[in-house]
Amino acid sequence: MCAWYAPRPDAPSPDAPSPGAPPETAGLGSDPAGRSPSYNRRDTLRLMAAAVAAAGLLRWPAARAAENDALAFGSGSLEGALSALGATLEPSPQIQLTVPDFVDNGSVVPVEVTSQISGPQTIFVLSEANPFPLVARFFVPEGTEPYVSTRIKVARSCNIYALVQADGRYYSAVKATTVTVGGCGNG
Amino acid sequence: MAEPMRIRAQFKEGETYVHVLMPHPMETGFRTDDAGRPIAAHYITDVEISIQERTVLSATLSRAVSQDPLLYFRFKGGRVDDTIRVVWTDSRGERRSDEAKILGLVS
Repeated sequence: MCAWYAPRPDAPSPDAPSPGAPPETAGLGSDPAGRSPSYNRRDTLRLMAAAVAAAGLLRWPAARAAENDALAFGSGSLEGALSALGATLEPSPQIQLTVPDFVDNGSVVPVEVTSQISGPQTIFVLSEANPFPLVARFFVPEGTEPYVSTRIKVARSCNIYALVQADGRYYSAVKATTVTVGGCGNG
Repeated sequence: MAEPMRIRAQFKEGETYVHVLMPHPMETGFRTDDAGRPIAAHYITDVEISIQERTVLSATLSRAVSQDPLLYFRFKGGRVDDTIRVVWTDSRGERRSDEAKILGLVS
């Protein structure tokens, strides 16, 4: 038992002020269950611990997805990001990635991904040399063309990857780009 | 606080072509100011684009997307004068939502 928690025998318990009870029943050594029907701090802590344990065992899929997200986007290496996604690089002619061969300014690099795979899919863009290689992810629902075009920052000359996840499989394309001035830091 | 987005959606041969420009600093957190102090990271993390309650694209961005993110994509369907809505949320929890009408072909 925590000494700092023990109720002082002379003070009435804040949880259960029972005016009729003799003072010794509220003191140390009394049966805690019989003392107070309401939750005290210890019960609350115990409940919280149980809730945390339950959350750990029965985690909602959404929470797990958010965790994987943080891992993938927070990964400092291409391999780390891929393993957080559970992905492997499977070069496929069905994925077209358009990135300029040479860019002057690494902070604005146009990237275009087109996929020939039909149906809903997820398109990822990764830049190998970036501090955090996973750049962006696009959820393409049914009815939307599997095509996105955007502009990204590229730290220095490196490979840019397009990764497409469809029906649990991964497809990829790679393109090297040469950057004159990197897109990270003050350049 | 953030500037309004520029959204252009045009219907052409059964598909709607969408251009979205979201003014945002997209600070990586790696840069420093003139005095050498680090500039805090501040970037858009989530983008959701929908048309009449149908989500047509959702995206998760990182700090490596260029300043003032630009997005081009297209989807099947859509009608002239339908409303397309773009909502973003950034790393500070700020949120912005803008709408535009789908345009017909300008001939």
